[in-house]
Amino acid sequence: MDNLTQPHDYPGKLIIVEGIDGSGKSTQLMLAMRYLQARGFNPFFTEWNSADLVRTVTKKGKKKMSLTPMTFSLLHATDFAHRLVHNILPPLKAGMTVLADRYVYTAFARDVARGCDRTWVRKVYDFAPRPDLAMYFNVPIEVSIARLLSGRAKIKDYEAGMDLNLSPNIVESFKIFQGRILNEYQTIAGEYGLHEIDATQSIGEQQRYVRQVVDEALARHRTTAV
Amino acid sequence: MRDFKYLGHAMPYLPREGCEGRLIVIEGTDGCGRSTQASMLKQWLEVQGFAVLETGWTRSKLVGQAITDAKQGHSLHRLTYSLMYATDLADRLEYQVIPALKSGFLVLADRYIYTAIARGIARGADPQWLRDLFGFAVAPDLTFYLQLGVHDLVPRVLSAGKMNYWESGLDTNFGDDLYDSFIAYQTHLIEQMDNMVDEHGFNTVDARQSPQQIQRRLRDMLGEYLRDTGYQIPEELAATVPLRKIETPKI
Repeated sequence: MDNLTQPHDYPGKLIIVEGIDGSGKSTQLMLAMRYLQARGFNPFFTEWNSADLVRTVTKKGKKKMSLTPMTFSLLHATDFAHRLVHNILPPLKAGMTVLADRYVYTAFARDVARGCDRTWVRKVYDFAPRPDLAMYFNVPIEVSIARLLSGRAKIKDYEAGMDLNLSPNIVESFKIFQGRILNEYQTIAGEYGLHEIDATQSIGEQQRYVRQVVDEALARHRTTAV
Repeated sequence: MRDFKYLGHAMPYLPREGCEGRLIVIEGTDGCGRSTQASMLKQWLEVQGFAVLETGWTRSKLVGQAITDAKQGHSLHRLTYSLMYATDLADRLEYQVIPALKSGFLVLADRYIYTAIARGIARGADPQWLRDLFGFAVAPDLTFYLQLGVHDLVPRVLSAGKMNYWESGLDTNFGDDLYDSFIAYQTHLIEQMDNMVDEHGFNTVDARQSPQQIQRRLRDMLGEYLRDTGYQIPEELAATVPLRKIETPKI
C-alpha cells in the first residue's frame, strides 16, 4: 500500500501536529484553527483516541491496567481507523481541510517505546494517507514535565508508562518513558520528513511560523477557500 | 527447550523460549462443524491425560463483548473489523495461549488468523496488510482445515436457521438478498481458505463426512503428530473414547 510515503489523491488537505505531552502542539493547532476560520476556511478537527467504537474498552483496560503493549497498540489503531473512515476521509474527499491533533506518528513513537516491533507498527498503519503538512513540536523532556506539572495535577498511568515497570515513582517513570518516545520521534521526524518546530520558543513565535507553513501547505494546488 | 515461532514480526517483548506445549488450530467455514469437532477432540485428549486449553475467536475478555456489540450496529469497516479481531487475538495470546503453551498445555484454537484474513480479503482489505497485521500471531504447530463446498454448506446452515447478516456478508453488498449474498460471500471465503492450504500447510479434512468420520480422521492425524513429536499416547485408552461428545452430569 505504502500510503504514508506517497501524496494522497484527495482534493482536501490534511494538517497534523505531533509531539510529546506538554510540547504545546494542541495549543498551536487550536490557534492555527482560529486563523483558518478567520480566513474563511471551515476546517474539521479530530484528535487521538476519541472514537466511540472502542472507547469503553480502552477506558476499562486502562483503568484495570490490563492492556499489554500489543492490545494498547491495536486498540489505538482501531480507534484511528474508525476516525479515519468516519471523520477524516469524508471531508478530505469533499475537498475540505482536516486538522488532526496527533496522527499515526504518535503510535509509531509510543508503541515502539512500549516494546512493539518498529516495522510491525508501521505496517499496521499503512492504510493512513500521508498528511499534506505534519508538524513536530520538539521539546526537551524537562520543559514538557514542568509544563504538565504546573498545568494539571495528575499524570495518567499509561502516559507515564507505568505498565512497563520502569520506576515505581510516576514522575520518574514518566521521564524515562517520554524520553524513549522522544528518541523515537527523532527517528520518525527524519524518516517521514516531519516539519520540526522548536517548541521551547514563545507561543507567539511558534504560531507565526505555524501560520506560514500552513499557508504554504494550503496554497499548493488550491485556488479557492473551502 | 522449544522456541516459540511467530508468523511474522514477533513483538520484541513477547517470549521466544519456553514453549513446551503445542498449538493446534481447527479452521473451516461457518457451519462446517468445527466447534463440535474441537470439543470432542479436547475430551479425547483429556482422557489420555493431556491438559488442553480451548480458545476461540472473539472470546477475549478485553474485546469479545465489544466485537459482538459493534456487530449490532453498522459502523464496522473492513479496517476496524480486522483490527478488532487482531486485538481479540492479541489479548487471548498474551493472557491465555502463551501462558498455557509455556505450562505444557495443548492449545486447541477454534479458528485462527486464517479466518480473519479470509474475511478481511472478502471485505476488500489488502491481503499483504492483513498478513502483516496478524504477523504477531504464534505459528500453529498443526492446522486442520475442515473443507466444505458452498453447496454442501447451505443446507446445513439453513436447517440450523443460521443464515445471518454477517455470515452472509450483507455489510459489503455481496448480493441482492440474504441467500444470494450468502452464496457469493461464502464462496469467496472458501476460495480464500483453499488458497491458503499450501502456503500455511493445512491438513485438509473432507467435512462432507459424518461427524464421527471427521473425528476419527482428526484423532488419527493428531495422534500421529503427537507420537512423532515425542508425546506418549496410550493406544488402548485412546481407542475407548466414544466418537461423540461426553456429557458431564451437573450436580
